[in-house]
Amino acid sequence: MVDLALDIAFVAFTAAFALAAIRLALGPSVPDRILALEALYMNVVALAVLLGIRYDSFAYFEAALVIALFGFVTTVALARFAARGDVLD
Amino acid sequence: MIRVAIEGLISFLLVAGGAFALVGAIGLVRLPDFLMRLHAPTKATTLGVGGVLLASLLYFLGSSRPVVHELLVTLFLFVTAPVSALMLARAALKLGLPSRAEPPDPQPEKENRA
Repeated sequence: MVDLALDIAFVAFTAAFALAAIRLALGPSVPDRILALEALYMNVVALAVLLGIRYDSFAYFEAALVIALFGFVTTVALARFAARGDVLD
Repeated sequence: MIRVAIEGLISFLLVAGGAFALVGAIGLVRLPDFLMRLHAPTKATTLGVGGVLLASLLYFLGSSRPVVHELLVTLFLFVTAPVSALMLARAALKLGLPSRAEPPDPQPEKENRA
């Protein structure tokens, strides 16, 4: 039962990843592209956790934590750059 | 019996998380303007990832592995998602992106400092 649910979740998150990539390519404005990047990293966090369940492994959870941290920093830095033209001043 | 119930709960959380993430991504592609698109990933995808993390926490609860990682990731995502949404909305207002609703009056410069 869990295996089937894992397969369904893999398909759903991969499709969500692909749709976010479409928005990243289309995205008419800069904040659209930043938002698409944010959606991408959140989907990658979920995919890493799913891989950790599937392979019963430690390492994926550390990876998920690091991806979540760096994704947030990236989003904030890019959003500040889009809004004000520099990141730190 | 309890084993089957827990497996059912894990499966439900996994499928529900995937469904929410998919709905968020469809909203991200389909909604007409940026300030609407902002809602889809920040709410639906956060809930979807939260569901998967909760499923993982339940799955590893009985094993020897400590489950602090899931808790940390969940806490972190739920704290940071509104912050990044706020930053993006502020960037969109600053850039004057087209919106169906009337945008609010521009804020004075003092409050505009992030």
